[in-house]
Amino acid sequence: MTAAVFFGCTFIAFGPAIALFLFTIAREPLRVIFLIAGAFFWLVSLLFSSLVWFISVQISNKESAAQQKGLLIFGVVLSVLLQETFRFAYYKLLKKANEGLLTLSQEETMPISIRQLAYVSGLGFGFMSGAFSVVNILADSAGPGTVGIHGDSQHYFLSSAFMTMAIILLHMFWGVVFFDACEKQRWWAVAAVVISHLLVSCLTFQNPEYVASLVPTYVILFLMGVWAFYSAGGSLKNLKLCLTCKDKDLLLANHRPR
Amino acid sequence: MNASDSDEDIYNERSALVRSESPALPSYIPDSDLTPPSGTPTKRLKAGISRRPGAAAADGGGSDPEVEAEEEELTLKYGAKHVIMLFIPVTLCMVVVVATIKSVSFYMEKTDQQLIYTPFTENTSSVGRRLLNSVLNTIIMISVIVVMTIFLVVLYKYRCYKFIHGWLILSSLMLLFWFSFMYLGEVFRTYNLAMDYPTVGVIIWNFGAVGMICIHWKGPLQLQQAYLILISALMALVFIKYLPEWSAWVILGAISVYDLVAVLSPKGPLRMLVETAQERNEPIFPALIYSSAMVWTVGMASPNETQRSEPDEEVEQSDGRAEPPSRHSRLLPEDEMEEDRGVKLGLGDFIFYSVLVGKAAATGGDWNTTLACFVAILIGLCLTLLLLAIFKKALPALPISITFGLVFYFSTDFLVQPFMDNLAAHQFYI
Repeated sequence: MTAAVFFGCTFIAFGPAIALFLFTIAREPLRVIFLIAGAFFWLVSLLFSSLVWFISVQISNKESAAQQKGLLIFGVVLSVLLQETFRFAYYKLLKKANEGLLTLSQEETMPISIRQLAYVSGLGFGFMSGAFSVVNILADSAGPGTVGIHGDSQHYFLSSAFMTMAIILLHMFWGVVFFDACEKQRWWAVAAVVISHLLVSCLTFQNPEYVASLVPTYVILFLMGVWAFYSAGGSLKNLKLCLTCKDKDLLLANHRPR
Repeated sequence: MNASDSDEDIYNERSALVRSESPALPSYIPDSDLTPPSGTPTKRLKAGISRRPGAAAADGGGSDPEVEAEEEELTLKYGAKHVIMLFIPVTLCMVVVVATIKSVSFYMEKTDQQLIYTPFTENTSSVGRRLLNSVLNTIIMISVIVVMTIFLVVLYKYRCYKFIHGWLILSSLMLLFWFSFMYLGEVFRTYNLAMDYPTVGVIIWNFGAVGMICIHWKGPLQLQQAYLILISALMALVFIKYLPEWSAWVILGAISVYDLVAVLSPKGPLRMLVETAQERNEPIFPALIYSSAMVWTVGMASPNETQRSEPDEEVEQSDGRAEPPSRHSRLLPEDEMEEDRGVKLGLGDFIFYSVLVGKAAATGGDWNTTLACFVAILIGLCLTLLLLAIFKKALPALPISITFGLVFYFSTDFLVQPFMDNLAAHQFYI
């Protein structure tokens, strides 16, 4: 394990997220605040699920490894459900805050739209989730040691980094789809988000068979990305215009900065 | 007070139409140093937010609801900007402290040497005795702080400015020269760098001299902010090293309670200090508060500018920040005139936030706890600023953040950490 592993894994795990943050969020104070608030909500959800898991472990049989693993799986499922619940709670809070601001300012436009909030809060969840999953592993990777010396997989760090990147981006897509579904009252979409989150987490139960867990995760990532793109208002036409840089007229017509 | 308040007394045809507020604030706590009781930075949270919606005035006097609506909209925009203007220095201070703790082992070494303010040792055998000792240490520390605060307020009330200035200069001298020399020495020792005394002398002399000038006299705003962040970090490191484990946590809790009481209760020393300063229309001492202020006016005819620059000149010797009139950017006169006074946060707040996060980083090699405390403190600060915008008066900056920080530290350390460790061992992801 060397500095190369440390930096490589850090950039793999956090590269896209940090790029997104720097280019789209860093300059807007309001978005930064909502990002950190989103991270806070994720943290609180983790706290509650850890509390329940901890209590269940204390009252269980600590000798039996099978029981401990079962409890851990239960903890994972509970944590996923709690995360989505807190995402919904954050959505409700933001709606209420937005409505309050709207009535206060008596203006037509809100300083920040619900779609931007969906993106920012999803990214906040993702940042915190990714950080909690991988930071300790990264810190260990900078130190001395040999990976897999006891017969475990040698790709531990790399697979962790890739998984973390997927999770962060997934949280962002889930946020966008979730908020959009709540806005339009499409509860089947909300259920789909919850189920896909559960699916991704349950796929990781197959680690260290990384092919079985990482490949489907990335497939789900791609699908969720496409879904989020469409629910955020994107379309093939928009994409083409953007890629050929012909969207300036369109944006000007809609009075939006590029 | 601060220069902004004296600015507000200037009425011209624009300002007469709208009200401008300057909430004061503070949680003021002189901290004690290692050696002779020179009180170092006290804290204060001050928000001088004033906005003048020029558009409303330009309408020829909009109706009241319109003016209020505009003001609320601007409040939100400026509110968010002020929050970020405080997030960045607080984050920087914490980053410096955590980076030092993790790399320079000196600050984590257990030492039997303790501050004279925490005389009871924690090396006892029983848990009860240890708890008792830490509570006793806390009581002593808090009483020292209370006595110092009251002493400072009394001095201020009886206008012993020279004494106060001397005290502040002495303490910042010690921080800038002695503590930074120690810090540099430890960094060199950690990285095994050979260095000679003349070079170190030149470095420390330059660092300290420029720091003294920036903090106590005039200097570029960003340099002053950087120095304030650095001395807060140094002070926090001293606390982290010399406060015993349990005492540190109890002290953090007790300081938040004291902060709450001292700022909000009618006879609280900090409240009296702020009110006295407000009555006399003076800025509170430099070297005690971090100011994110950017005073800029846009457009406007010259009479206004000269009026604005005069008060700046008057208070310049006691005002740490330098805002030369040339910094004002001129735009076309028909643009709206805005003035952003920024937010002020006391240095003690920086210090105690960093102590909390640094202690979280020092105990156990765990980064999750550090991250959790960091986010908790930022959210606490955000909530405090929100309350400040709502209540528009002096508020203590410690209670909410420290409470969140402590709750998240203990819960992450005891509950979340085993869960995440188990998950990482099996490589499960949630």
